[in-house]
Amino acid sequence: MSGPDMRESESGLPIEPVYGPDDLQDWDAGEKLGAPGAYPFTRGVYPSMYTGRPWTMRQYAGFGTAAESNARYRQLIAHGTTGLSVAFDLPTQMGHDSDAPIAHGEVGKVGVAIDSVEDMRVLFGGIPLDQVSTSMTINAPAALLLLLYQLVAEEQGVSADRLTGTIQNDVLKEYIARGTYIFPPKPSLRLTADIFRYCRAEIPRWNTISISGYHMAEAGASPAQEIAFTLADGIEYVRTAVAAGMDVDDFAPRLSFFFVARTTILEEVAKFRAARRIWARVMREEFGAENPKSLMLRFHTQTAGVQLTAQQPEVNLVRVAVQGLAAVLGGTQSLHTNSFDEAIALPTDKSARLALRTQQVLAHETDVTATVDPFAGSYAVEKLTDDVEAAVVGLMDRVEELGGAVAAIERGFQKGEIERNAYRIAQETDSGERVVVGVNRFQLDEEEPYEPLRVDPAIEARQAERLAKLRAQRDQPAVDAALTALKKAAEGDDNVLYPMKEALKARATVGEVCNALRDVWGTYVPVT
Amino acid sequence: MNTPIRVVIAKPGLDGHDRGAKVVARALRDAGVEVIYTGLHQTPRQIVDTAIQEDADGIGLSVLSGAHMTLFAEVLRLLDEAGARDITVFGGGIIPEADVPQLREMGVAAVFTPGCPTPRIADWVIQNIEHLTGAR
Repeated sequence: MSGPDMRESESGLPIEPVYGPDDLQDWDAGEKLGAPGAYPFTRGVYPSMYTGRPWTMRQYAGFGTAAESNARYRQLIAHGTTGLSVAFDLPTQMGHDSDAPIAHGEVGKVGVAIDSVEDMRVLFGGIPLDQVSTSMTINAPAALLLLLYQLVAEEQGVSADRLTGTIQNDVLKEYIARGTYIFPPKPSLRLTADIFRYCRAEIPRWNTISISGYHMAEAGASPAQEIAFTLADGIEYVRTAVAAGMDVDDFAPRLSFFFVARTTILEEVAKFRAARRIWARVMREEFGAENPKSLMLRFHTQTAGVQLTAQQPEVNLVRVAVQGLAAVLGGTQSLHTNSFDEAIALPTDKSARLALRTQQVLAHETDVTATVDPFAGSYAVEKLTDDVEAAVVGLMDRVEELGGAVAAIERGFQKGEIERNAYRIAQETDSGERVVVGVNRFQLDEEEPYEPLRVDPAIEARQAERLAKLRAQRDQPAVDAALTALKKAAEGDDNVLYPMKEALKARATVGEVCNALRDVWGTYVPVT
Repeated sequence: MNTPIRVVIAKPGLDGHDRGAKVVARALRDAGVEVIYTGLHQTPRQIVDTAIQEDADGIGLSVLSGAHMTLFAEVLRLLDEAGARDITVFGGGIIPEADVPQLREMGVAAVFTPGCPTPRIADWVIQNIEHLTGAR
């Protein structure tokens, strides 16, 4: 939310009215940039970037029952989306069945309700899983949903080595910003290492984690905080896997990241470029990674939902286009553009289609796909890239001084920093210093009425019926035995994913599997 | 009345988005209101129990998950049950305008939606929440 008087970037860095050669005096293009697709990957992770093919257009969607979401996915595929992205409802994300008391009122609201393999089969009905790549926004129960996906693929006759996609599986940022954690950090990290190892053996083309700064940004993080705390989380995951005996080059190529794109284009482009440079250096210097793929920071981007307004919501179409442009100029591998009604409710069919159309205009009607990293060499953007990098490294050092990401989380460091920034933004908006079009300037006297999409409240009862039927029809002794085997693995060192898959195959529910793990691992209690 | 107004800011349900709740909590504190923040994932019963134990004058509920109709209603029902309907309930979040009249009818005193300046919320709390010290 810039203006002609803007002097400070979102990270609090100075932005000069004019940049020139003096700002890049000791700047060496060979060292700072390299070639596209080569160390330190400042200019992008691939040599040809979008000149070969555009980014993956991946629209996050899902609500209500598996059948309703399945219909939305088929529609998105028909409209030209190139990758699926599944939104789960909160009970699924928290590892509760739809009939659990705590799930009351939440079933199917922010995503699709998945209780068992029966729901998963409906969710992907008629979608050949060897022909789509699927991203699943699932964290604490990521292993379960990945295994359910594998089970459905097997039913379709698709072998696991042909599956491509991503599980978010980033529980550290749940403690920092997003709030859908279940287990404490230690068993959560052990589960993550089990997933890395399982995928290496069974689903080798799967992205095992999407280390996410998006939610930190939504919670109020500045660009520098977003990158610093996310890369610090990434370092913690790499350390965990290395400590569990894995070779860094065996899992690092499958790590991926997830960031926000704000309307502040210049700083956002600088941010993405700085992030790639820092990650490549950390992976090479701290972890001794040798495979070039281990050094590449590949990332998904979502446009900033928090910048969208409930007032004059159509204006959000413009904001999303600007944000999407920032992501593309920053070299994203895939992109979700938000629907303009994001600040009001779930997207309607029409608003979801318009969001996708926005990406299609960027990809096919602009010339930003014609050449790689077009901002390279810009005095302003190169200087900002260096400045953002320095700010990020400074914050990463503070996390290290506290003992790394988990130790900092346990002291509430990242969350506290982010909340302070959120309050600063609120105060600037309240005072009018920060202009938000339609909210604190250029308002309408009366907003036009808007009819949002509604989720049918009856789905909670329908899911409960499905669960009752499932529990009545399945082989209960087989379920009990499988859950006992899972608990035994969780108590010891065996990879929990193998017994977990058996339990899910025997039609144990998401809630039952998570409860078995809760029994062994306990649950996380945050510092407030 | 010399003691400050006491308000519980609460996150009912499974929604993990607490930016709004935390910003409002800070703004209310800056305005001189005493704020108790419950943390995430509270059941309506936990929230009502907290409000009664803390002798709160008001409860501010924040829901962004779309579960507001269920969760707000449950908090009000439990307050009724506990004979504590004198505690003022207000709220905010991703709440469609069309739902506001029904929430008001239920007994939610005010609903603040995205874009609302924090001073407006603080002013409202100070002017509309009745100080209940010693009333129960």
